[in-house]
Amino acid sequence: MSALSLAVRDSNTMLRRNLLHAWRYPSGTLNLLLTPIMMLLLFVYIFGDVMSAGIGGGGADRSEYIAYIVPGILMMTIGSTVIGAAVYISMDMTEGLIARFRTMAVYRGSVIIGHVVGSVLQSIASVVLVGAVGVAIGFRSTDATVLEWLAAFGLLALFALALTWIAVGMGMASPNPEAAGNAAMPLILLPLISSAFIPADTMPGWFQPIAEYQPFTPAIETLRGLLLGTEIGHNGWLAVAWCVGLTVLGYFWSMSLFNRDPK
Amino acid sequence: MPSSVMPTSRRGGGTQPPSAAISTVGLRKSYGDKTVLDGIDLHIPAGSVFALLGPNGAGKTTAVKILSTLISADGGQSQVAGHDVATSPDGVRAAIGVTGQFSAVDGLITGEENMLLMADLHHLSKREGRQVTAELLERFDLTEVAKKPASTYSGGMKRRLDIAMTLVGNPRIIFLDEPTTGLDPRSRHNMWGIIRELVSGGVTVFLTTQHLEEADELADRIAVLNDGKIAAEGTAEELKRLIPGGHIRLRFTDPAAYQNAATTLREANRDDEALSLQIPSDGSQRELRSILDWLDSAGVEADELTVHTPDLDDVFFALTGPAGVPNQPKETAR
Repeated sequence: MSALSLAVRDSNTMLRRNLLHAWRYPSGTLNLLLTPIMMLLLFVYIFGDVMSAGIGGGGADRSEYIAYIVPGILMMTIGSTVIGAAVYISMDMTEGLIARFRTMAVYRGSVIIGHVVGSVLQSIASVVLVGAVGVAIGFRSTDATVLEWLAAFGLLALFALALTWIAVGMGMASPNPEAAGNAAMPLILLPLISSAFIPADTMPGWFQPIAEYQPFTPAIETLRGLLLGTEIGHNGWLAVAWCVGLTVLGYFWSMSLFNRDPK
Repeated sequence: MPSSVMPTSRRGGGTQPPSAAISTVGLRKSYGDKTVLDGIDLHIPAGSVFALLGPNGAGKTTAVKILSTLISADGGQSQVAGHDVATSPDGVRAAIGVTGQFSAVDGLITGEENMLLMADLHHLSKREGRQVTAELLERFDLTEVAKKPASTYSGGMKRRLDIAMTLVGNPRIIFLDEPTTGLDPRSRHNMWGIIRELVSGGVTVFLTTQHLEEADELADRIAVLNDGKIAAEGTAEELKRLIPGGHIRLRFTDPAAYQNAATTLREANRDDEALSLQIPSDGSQRELRSILDWLDSAGVEADELTVHTPDLDDVFFALTGPAGVPNQPKETAR
């Protein structure tokens, strides 16, 4: 077998191990969904009247706010799911099993690639579940074409890939799973200071650049544009640039951490 | 790159005979300013059992980690299965199996799934994988629990699964880092049986242990590692000969008789508190007879006479003790 097919085969074996874990212990995945779902319900049904007054120049009703918030919640779901990936890989790295893998003639990156692909698939499943909750409370896309739907899924997958690589790096750089969970916490806090819940231009002027150019806002704005037909503008390119940049950064970071001598 | 720091060879020729399964020259490793391995030379013939014996923190695990390509050495050269550990780690990995000190099983999945995972990573076909898994689970008495999560296994079962996983790829060289630590006596004896079985199949075994009995029991050759250096190396018998630990012990109940004997037998080591004398001896019948004759002629009548042959404990304590006090009498704790 060629080096590439060996790499694919070993990575696939590791991925199946990760998926088996997720299948056997679904509570871990489901727990991570609680935060975005709670946020969705909290902002729509508890804070909804005030929140909807802040969008669309005031006077928007609840269904308009649901339309506004769901794309942000979907991105937040990814942020929440990848925290699980950070904790999971950190837990894995402290196990003797990884030491065993390191002394076997398997493709070096397979352990991490298994984690990353597993986490991306898990993120997509989570997005579908949270999206279903969104639809259940009244979210509808407006005239999105098949192509736009595909692009929306592609964006979600790409964003999940980027955040997973960063989370995996955070998990590997952390001495223990608790620290990994803390290190990855910004990935679920960043949506709070993005345009997920309120438009960035309603934030204080000095803060707007931070809100507008952090990774979540361009991704959320692009998803909104694809599903709801709002203006995407430069956000599309920004989102893709962030995703590619974070993926490359996370990849090299994680791999170099993995290639260090273990403790 | 790392091999450029080859030390000047102390063996003249430098190259080892090709039959060595594992060989190292001047292996060094330090963490910060703490030197863990300080120039280790090993030569382990294929098909033999080698035990690295040492107290906690002597560097045993570090040696295993370097030789199994888990971590890199700071200096020196090592070859495992004919491959340089630093420059051809994958060659080494393809030939070895490692059972580390800490359980290397996936507790979240079943014993059988752990085995199939190993089979997949060794690129066995589905059929081969199932066959090897069934065989090894049977051999290690795990068939009944094969479908249960490994986290529910007892310590002995986890160890057995660990070794079974190590054997999936049919490794020619096996590293066992403290294979019986934490096992009850029965499981330990089972493990010894497993290790002997491996050896009879022609596998080279490199094991570390703190138990002298274990090294004596299993190993063809033993190296005593202390403070990052090999303090002694040889067969169990050779090591025991290094230490003049054998003696005949005479115990008295009457202090007067003890004093009398002590003044007569000037060569003996005195233990005034225990009212006992120790006469150095190699434990042979001839020497025992001559000592008895001598005692009779000197009119010494002890209440109890015991013969102490040196065991690995004597060797161990003599070599690894803080000041190296081989003549210090020591009770064998049991």
